[in-house]
Amino acid sequence: MRILGLYNYWFFIFLMMVGFYILISRRNLVKKILGLNIFQTSVFIFYISMGKISGGTAPILIEGAEGVVYSNPLPHVLILTAIVVGVSTTAVALAIVVRMKEAYGTIEGDEITALDNENPF
Amino acid sequence: MGALLDFALLAFLATTALAVVRTTKLFAATMLAGIYSLLSAGLFTVMDAVDVAFTEAAVGAGISTVLFLATLALVGSKVKTPQLRIRDISAKVPARRPVFPLVVVLITGAILIYGTLDMPPYGDPDNPIHQHVAPRYLEESEHEIGIPNVVTSVLASYRGFDTFGETTVVFTAAIGVMILLSAMRRKDRFGEERWGEENVPDLYHGYVTTFWLDQDGRMKGEPEGPEEQGGEP
Amino acid sequence: MSDQVILRVATKIIVPTILLFALYVQFHGDFGPGGGFQAGVISAAAFILYALVFGLQRTHRVLPTWAVRTCASIGVLLYGGVGLLTMFMGGAFLDYNVLAHDPEHGQHYGILLVELGVMTTVFGVMVAIFYFFAARGRQDL
Repeated sequence: MRILGLYNYWFFIFLMMVGFYILISRRNLVKKILGLNIFQTSVFIFYISMGKISGGTAPILIEGAEGVVYSNPLPHVLILTAIVVGVSTTAVALAIVVRMKEAYGTIEGDEITALDNENPF
Repeated sequence: MGALLDFALLAFLATTALAVVRTTKLFAATMLAGIYSLLSAGLFTVMDAVDVAFTEAAVGAGISTVLFLATLALVGSKVKTPQLRIRDISAKVPARRPVFPLVVVLITGAILIYGTLDMPPYGDPDNPIHQHVAPRYLEESEHEIGIPNVVTSVLASYRGFDTFGETTVVFTAAIGVMILLSAMRRKDRFGEERWGEENVPDLYHGYVTTFWLDQDGRMKGEPEGPEEQGGEP
Repeated sequence: MSDQVILRVATKIIVPTILLFALYVQFHGDFGPGGGFQAGVISAAAFILYALVFGLQRTHRVLPTWAVRTCASIGVLLYGGVGLLTMFMGGAFLDYNVLAHDPEHGQHYGILLVELGVMTTVFGVMVAIFYFFAARGRQDL
């Protein structure tokens, strides 16, 4: 990562925005959830990149070694929780998509809106 | 060598994300999302986050992909409407290109980049994030807890409440999926309707039971052959 | 897919290895990367692989739905139970120092039990979600 400096944060923001674009501009519901997944993973990469120390190593204590620089373990803990919560959200979202397909017959957002506007109840 | 690896990972990440934007086949998009998770696991390893890489590879490239494929088997795997033109199926609106999402995305990206201008440089040991609690965890974990993996000690002991909440969230997801998906539209094995309109299977008697042996030594619960229809069990 | 010989034989060899690796990751989470979440997901992947190759009915015979639901609930109960146990033994909620004669041993016991609870819940939840998705819309399950 030495060649990037501050620019790597910008690159991860670019990845986040790609995921965000999929989420808001595509009409297919499963594609939206894929975009949400990409957005989440990019946020995780951004967060973990803030915990890295140059010349550091993984935060597993080495027996009897002095002066070893360990990377910050706290972002790792938070992102571990966030990954599992993310897959839970994805599972519930996909279950809702399956039910919507059974109820409307389609998973395209504009067709669902049109069907709702025809039968407003 | 390290810079080449980083550059290759980042380039593939960007390519995969852009490919998910453009594709119209959902099966390909699911596989690309799995590849994205795996590449991000590689990136986590490069950034010394080995526990996170492990979890992301297992969860993102494993469980998430399986769930998407199971959903695609139930809902169909093609994107129907063209991606670049909004074509309403019953009203009469003129077709237009979706520039509004692109504008929103560009504005959000610009605001976030403006926000990162105050951030400390990447990898600097004097960053504020490394000053308050993290050195205490790294130094005291050896005396107070005594296990080498600091991430596990922080996760299970220092931040045990968060992990408790997370376990409960995972459990709630199972309950949510159960509420949404477990009611199947059929009668159960005994032909009875349960719980009103929808036939919810009785999970203790409605499924094939685990291994039992009856008198002739055959496994009970195996599907019977055609010549045994109506015979005695 | 169980008429494919290669898949069948390979799955029969691989599934026990995956389960063994999951247990390794769980119990060596103190000394290397690993822990409850990773172990739960990996052991769930073993059963999902079995279900993909041999069919959902055989998997229901090996691991019925009531067992999966029980696993998911017991993990959360174990975690909360450890917290209540520490309260009964005089400490705060989830204060592992009071679990044994020595704070460090108490921390070891506490982390062991808590990670076991997390693994059980994550395993139960992942397999349960897969069961619900795979059985939806099928008339015979």
